[in-house]
Amino acid sequence: MTTPRPAETAATAAAAAPRPGDWPLWEVFVRSRRGLSHTHAGSLHAPDAEMALRNARDLYTRRSEGVSLWVVPSAQITASSPDEKDAFFEPAGDKPYRHPTFYEIPDGVHHL
Amino acid sequence: MTTIAPEDTAREAVFDATVAADERIEPRDWMPDAYRSTLVRQIAQHAHSEIIGMQPEANWITRAPSLRRKAILMAKVQDEAGHGLYLYSAAETLGTSRDELLDKLHSGRQKYSSIFNYPTLTWADVGAIGWLVDGAAITNQVPLCRCSYGPYARAMVRVCKEESFHQRQGYELLLALSRGTEAQHAMAQDAVNRWWWPSLMMFGPPDDESSHSAQSMAWKIKRHSNDELRQRFVDICVPQAEALGLSLPDPDLTWNDERGHWDFGPIDWTEFREVLKGNGPCNAQRINRRRQAHEEGAWVREAAAAHAAKHGKATR
Ligand SMILES: [Fe+2]
Ligand SMILES: [Fe+2]
Repeated sequence: MTTPRPAETAATAAAAAPRPGDWPLWEVFVRSRRGLSHTHAGSLHAPDAEMALRNARDLYTRRSEGVSLWVVPSAQITASSPDEKDAFFEPAGDKPYRHPTFYEIPDGVHHL
Repeated sequence: MTTIAPEDTAREAVFDATVAADERIEPRDWMPDAYRSTLVRQIAQHAHSEIIGMQPEANWITRAPSLRRKAILMAKVQDEAGHGLYLYSAAETLGTSRDELLDKLHSGRQKYSSIFNYPTLTWADVGAIGWLVDGAAITNQVPLCRCSYGPYARAMVRVCKEESFHQRQGYELLLALSRGTEAQHAMAQDAVNRWWWPSLMMFGPPDDESSHSAQSMAWKIKRHSNDELRQRFVDICVPQAEALGLSLPDPDLTWNDERGHWDFGPIDWTEFREVLKGNGPCNAQRINRRRQAHEEGAWVREAAAAHAAKHGKATR
C-alpha cells in the first residue's frame, strides 16, 4: 500500500500549502430515502463540521433529495491506490466458485 | 523535446484504452498533462460562467413583478451558485484549488462565457435568458454528462437536472408577456431580438476556426462539434418561438428540406471577438462586482475560520 490519500483529491492539491482563511474540503453523503444507504454526492469547503452540514443541505438537498446527511473531512478518507488496483483486487479474480453461476445443476431442479 | 519514460507509455496506453472503451477517467488515474490542463481550463471557465451568470438576473430580483416570480428567480439564481460550486469541486479533483481559480477569474487570467457581458435591460430579459441562454447551456451540457472525466460528468448530471426548470420558467415568463398587453408583447419581442444572436454565439466559433475542438473530441471531453450543437439549438427554438407568438430576428431563417434542418443567417463574429476581448457592454461591471463581493465577504470567511479554530472543530 502507498501512503493513504484523500479519495477524490489529486496528490498536488493535498500538497498545496493552505492559506489563511482556507477551509478544508468535506465529502458529502446523502441518504435519499429511508431504506437506502448514504451515497456520495460530492464535496464542499467549510470551516467546521457544523457549517459543512449546513452547506451540504443548501448545496445537495435543495429539492428534498435527502432525509439524512453525512459530512466527512476529505483528508480522513483512506483510499486504495489506483496504481496497484490490479494487484490489490487480484485475490478475488480466480475465485469464480464464489458465484452461483459456477455450479451446474441438472435441468428440472428448482428453487436452487 | 522531452523524453517519455517507459512507464508513462504504459500508463498512456491504459488511459487511451479506458477512453476508447467509453469508461470514465477518475481523479487519481494517470492522465496526460494536456488532458488535465484542458479540463481545468474548461471546468474553471464553466464554473466562472455559473457564478458570473448570477449577476444579470439577480439585477431583477428586487423588481420582480410578483412574489411568485421573485421566489422563482431567487431559486434559479441560487441554483446557479450551486452549479458553480459543483464545478469548482470537480476542478479541484484535478489538483487545483478553488481559491486559485477565483484569483484567476478576478485577475482576468481565466474567462467566463461572453453571454453574461450583455445587460438585462427589462424584466423580459429574465425570460429570454431562461429560455435562450439556459436553453443553449442545456444543449451544450447534456452531452457533457457523458464526458470522459468522471467528476465533470457527474457534476453535469446534477446541473442538467436543475437546468430544465430554469428554461421552463423563462419560457413561461415570456409566454405571459407575449399574451399580455401590446406593450408587454413588444417588451418580450425586444428581449428575444437582443438575446438571440448572443445565444447562438454561446456554442463557440465555427468548427473550422475552433482551436481545441479536435483534441477534446478525441479525448471524449467533447462529443459534438460547435456547429452541430448550434444547429440542434436553432432547430429546437424555431417551433418554440412560434408557440410563444414571437419571431426570431433572422430574415434568413428557412426550413431546408434537403438537410432536414433550419438554415440560418451569418453570425457576426466580430462582435463575439470584441466582447471576448473585454469590450462588451458589461465586462468591467461584471468582474468589478465579483471582486467586490469577494472582498466584502472576506470578514465572513475569516470569522467562520476563527470560530472553527476556537472551538477546535476544523480538521486543520
Ligand atoms: Fe447553471
Ligand atoms: Fe441555469
